[in-house]
Amino acid sequence: MTSQLLEMKNITKVYPNGVVANQKVQFSLSEGEIHAIVGENGAGKSTLMKMMFGMEAPSEGEIFLRGEPLKLTSPQDAIDKGIGMVHQHFMLVPSFTVAENMVLGMEPKKGVGINYSEAVRMTEEMSKKYNLHVNPKAKVEDLSVGMKQKIEILKALLRGAKILILDEPTAVLTPQETEELFRELKQLKEQGHTIVFISHKLKEVKAICDRITIMRAGKSEGVFLTRDVSEQDISKLMVGRDVVLKYDKISKPYGSDILSVNELSLSDETGKALLENVAFKVRSGEIVGIAGVEGNGQTQLVEALTGRLSVRRGSIAVKGTVIQGYDIGRIRSLGVSYIPEDRMRQGAAKEASISDNLISTQYRSKEMNSGLFLKGKTIGKLAAKLIEDFRVRCSGPAQPIGMLSGGNMQKVVVARECSTSPDLLIAEQPTRGVDVGAAQFIHQKLIELRDNGSGVLLISADLNEILELSDSLLVMYEGQIVAYLEEPSKVTEEELGLYMLGLQRQDDGQIRRAVES
Amino acid sequence: MKVKYFEVVRTAAVILIALFLAFIIISLVSEQPLESIRIFLWEPLNTKGHIGNVIEMAIPLMFTGLAVSLLFKANLFNLGAEGLFYFSGVIAATLAIHLTLNSFMHPFVAILAGSLVGALLSAIPGILKAKWNVNELVSSLMFNNILFGIGLYILNYKLRDAQAFAAVSFKFEQTAMLTKLLPGTRIHTGLIIVLVLIVAAHFFLYKTKWGYEIRMTGANREFAQYSGMKTAKVIILVHLIAGFIAGMGGSVEVLGMYSRFQWSALPGYGLDGALVAMLAKNNPFSVIGAALFLAYIRIGADQMARFSDVPAEMISIVQAIIILLISAEQFLKFWKNRMLLKEAQRNV
Repeated sequence: MTSQLLEMKNITKVYPNGVVANQKVQFSLSEGEIHAIVGENGAGKSTLMKMMFGMEAPSEGEIFLRGEPLKLTSPQDAIDKGIGMVHQHFMLVPSFTVAENMVLGMEPKKGVGINYSEAVRMTEEMSKKYNLHVNPKAKVEDLSVGMKQKIEILKALLRGAKILILDEPTAVLTPQETEELFRELKQLKEQGHTIVFISHKLKEVKAICDRITIMRAGKSEGVFLTRDVSEQDISKLMVGRDVVLKYDKISKPYGSDILSVNELSLSDETGKALLENVAFKVRSGEIVGIAGVEGNGQTQLVEALTGRLSVRRGSIAVKGTVIQGYDIGRIRSLGVSYIPEDRMRQGAAKEASISDNLISTQYRSKEMNSGLFLKGKTIGKLAAKLIEDFRVRCSGPAQPIGMLSGGNMQKVVVARECSTSPDLLIAEQPTRGVDVGAAQFIHQKLIELRDNGSGVLLISADLNEILELSDSLLVMYEGQIVAYLEEPSKVTEEELGLYMLGLQRQDDGQIRRAVES
Repeated sequence: MKVKYFEVVRTAAVILIALFLAFIIISLVSEQPLESIRIFLWEPLNTKGHIGNVIEMAIPLMFTGLAVSLLFKANLFNLGAEGLFYFSGVIAATLAIHLTLNSFMHPFVAILAGSLVGALLSAIPGILKAKWNVNELVSSLMFNNILFGIGLYILNYKLRDAQAFAAVSFKFEQTAMLTKLLPGTRIHTGLIIVLVLIVAAHFFLYKTKWGYEIRMTGANREFAQYSGMKTAKVIILVHLIAGFIAGMGGSVEVLGMYSRFQWSALPGYGLDGALVAMLAKNNPFSVIGAALFLAYIRIGADQMARFSDVPAEMISIVQAIIILLISAEQFLKFWKNRMLLKEAQRNV
């Protein structure tokens, strides 16, 4: 094996909000290899790479470049040391030409102006040298995603990058573009560059990488030679549960259909399919889980269910009412509640009081209004009761919600959504970023709601949560439902991993049971 | 120290710093700085007439301050109160000149007309914002110019008294003018109107569902939308109300303080309203104090210009410093963070 080009030893990263993103992670990079980092969302891949690129500083641990200790305080430092990164979201100026983007920040000068023809020449030279074909005079906004990615790679190379970090580079590409990218990466490797490839698409990893570092829950699960491990092995190491939570659930026959989704299909402006023939139902007294690696259509599904995306093909019905063209207010009035994924963006108004945040979905009701004015006393009582019931740690209902910890803030959101006794609760990542205690509490509340006859649709990337809470489980992959599992608590992580990573798929008959059973 | 008092303390600190700098400037330019400072601080309160001046000036500031506060509360940085204040004044003046009514109905009709015109005109940037997300700051500032242009045209070509020596309108009908409240001052019934309006706005904002919608839309529009509120309607509603109040302010000012319409430039009360709203932290009741404070330092500066060697423009510097520090979010933030940390530790 060639010498270690870059080593990261005992890296621990704790964010100011207390989230431990990396714990004693070891990582090493040999010169001239393509090295994959795989792991689920939130496994700590991106954090590790941000530290390698100088965007974050490790809380503990050291980084060595060619045996020398390396201290990075900014991405500029990393670039100077020959480390380049291509982000998932491109950092290009759309209204500039390719050449202008290439030289941004290091423009060749002619007097006080920019030597544009020199920039074009530099771009052409780089393009020829690395066999990455781009038109230097084209405007970036007119180019395809694949082309933009090439420019990003060239940009990094122009700045002297020997180590290239690619953050989920294929997530936005078509299969043809992906193949082209792989050809280019292999070429770069032959020219002596070292590439870090972040992904959770195992086929791709197998196709081009030499070694794999597998991450799970902030820790490294080991480094493997790609040829030594099968996709199944990787999936087993990637997808796993640390602590098994157990909840007692009363088993009761399900009631009537609360939500039925039929043949729902959606595509984006470019025609790329986001959802394909999604069909399932949620019955009263049932928690239906949706598992899947993030970005496989879950977000779009929730947006369609809550009226933010308009549905062209297929239908969604809540208690028999088709909700086509309804806005979220009307959907809510049918007895639907919704815990959003991002509590800061949608779930709460930071500066407003806890009490104001608790009533936002029911302030219009007769119980809260006496003709002209809101009933302050009723609202006060409700707020006090919810704070007590949900054990929200705060100084009182008048405290701004922004001052609470993440877990307590989320409890307020859950309290609000549960307080209207909904017929259907859509819970999107309900315990993301909250402490274990609060998470368990929220789980109990979801089960309580189910036991009282509500239907719950739970979308979560947390396997523990989804396997333990769900009465039946759907797995999504690339916008499709690929599996319907009736007894989630008996499903092994291994099996689930195969479905989540697209290595296995049930036949249509089995999937249809999500609607017909 | 509790975090909830932070904003109060911060505002007080800003005012003190601004006044301190004012003293330094006075000391630098004045031959007799102590006397100048005495005039600046004391003269506005010295006689009944001067106190009257402060209150007279505070009335339009309260109107515009309240209007802007409501907009700011909805997180709309709209500075259109300036143009609306002016234009509604023109409307009220027109009716004050041309209508014949009794002394109760005449101002009532003129003020109501001015207010309604204000509300309707204000709705335009509101609709643009709500439907197409047009930046309300830009559209409202452009509207200020348009309204000023039209208003000036009406003054010059429709209302202008050729007999008078300056560009002023015909005299208002005696019946149209507002009654003076206190002999020896020009304090007029507009004071009662604006105080009633402030109380009403407080209840509207904090005790009704519409006020709740405005506050939530302002705090986080996406959250309001997600909760099921129709935020586009909320934005238009708050524009209508703010326009109504600003328009009423212009009408009341014209009928309360003048006997002819004589603004050949924008009077500036709308932009001052933004300063009042900032000082009041967009709270209706605090608007009273903020407007009185601003009027007080303005009258102080006037007196100083009259009786000492410091020009009145000095006060612009004080105002600029206040705006700068109040809008500088980071100012004293470290202190707040420290308090937040302490509070958090106590709660854990």
